[in-house]
Amino acid sequence: MKEEARKPLGRGQRWIPHPLLTLLLIGIWILLQNSFSVAHLLLGIALGIIFPLMTASFWPDRPNVHNYGKALAYFVMVVGDIVVANIEVARLILFAKVADLHTCWVRVPLELTSPEAITLFAGTITMTPGTVSCDLSADGRSLLVHCLNEPDPEAAVQRMKSRYEARLMEIFT
Amino acid sequence: MTLFVEILVSVLIVVSALFLLVGSWGMIRMPDLMTRLHAPTKATTLGVGGALLASITYFSVFEGQFTAHELLISMFLFLTAPITAQFLAKAHMHRNLDPVRDVPRAGEHGWSTYEAPAPSEVADAGDRHH
Amino acid sequence: MIGYALTFGFGAISLALLMNLWCIFRRAGVLDRVLAVDTMVINVIALIILYGINESTPVYFEAALIFAMFGFVSTVAYCKFVLRGDIIE
Repeated sequence: MKEEARKPLGRGQRWIPHPLLTLLLIGIWILLQNSFSVAHLLLGIALGIIFPLMTASFWPDRPNVHNYGKALAYFVMVVGDIVVANIEVARLILFAKVADLHTCWVRVPLELTSPEAITLFAGTITMTPGTVSCDLSADGRSLLVHCLNEPDPEAAVQRMKSRYEARLMEIFT
Repeated sequence: MTLFVEILVSVLIVVSALFLLVGSWGMIRMPDLMTRLHAPTKATTLGVGGALLASITYFSVFEGQFTAHELLISMFLFLTAPITAQFLAKAHMHRNLDPVRDVPRAGEHGWSTYEAPAPSEVADAGDRHH
Repeated sequence: MIGYALTFGFGAISLALLMNLWCIFRRAGVLDRVLAVDTMVINVIALIILYGINESTPVYFEAALIFAMFGFVSTVAYCKFVLRGDIIE
């Protein structure tokens, strides 16, 4: 991955440093206009080329997603988990006694290395049952997570690692 | 058919309003900032998500026009909710928590709120820009 | 039937907004208030969307989108200020 990033960029790569970002921007522009016409498409393409060029220095690496099918399956799984998380947290807020909540901080050691994967992992943790990711360690190897109600912190760490991190490892790398 | 859609839209609206209410109630009820953070980040995403889903269904069935703005709004909220939560947590750690007493150890180096990035990481990031 | 659901929704969200206002006025710390404002923005977005359904016009969605962006940027700017004493370094 590192060797790939150090290669000198070709002409295409210099003008369109992030093809996926370009496609995404075109898509968002057309959705924002709420109607499709050639003029919107052309303006969208212009914006999709200009914005990645302007912000290229913020994105030195490309996220290298290897398996788009698994990424889609991960997305569907996380959406399901978000619904479950909402119901669970709503139940805790409405019915649990505040004194009975087992709030705790846990440290999740990370096996993921690419910044994009870690960002996705932290975002997933925040959106799913009773956990909020709070901080990354200075060396980027562990994540600080706050649990709303977790009697068994070790099990929570294992659950996060096996359910989300293992899948992200398969998608990235 | 329209009756079914009407029921669906109504249920979505009621459920989303209830979730928003629960999120705000949790913020009043919970004892400290970290537990309060859980209430809005979760309850509100489904709250707004439900309202947006209701709106998509309503406009595409009764008005005959599909609007994509709802999708953009919900995508934006789902992307930004974790970032807001993390920033609030970091600011809370910085102001009110002690790095030794209140928070578990981060291994060899400390948490990035309290410490500058480790030397190896800085060199690595510098490398990548070339 | 949608009319009744919308009335209920307006009532519930207004109540939620009042709770957020209570948090802004009565909480001690700055960050609690920032969190309350952030939640308030999300509640207002939902209110705007429900109002759009009520009036059956999609023009309000752009307002909701801009509201979402401003809410996010203001929360992050505030937290950044608390963390670093400066917003853009």
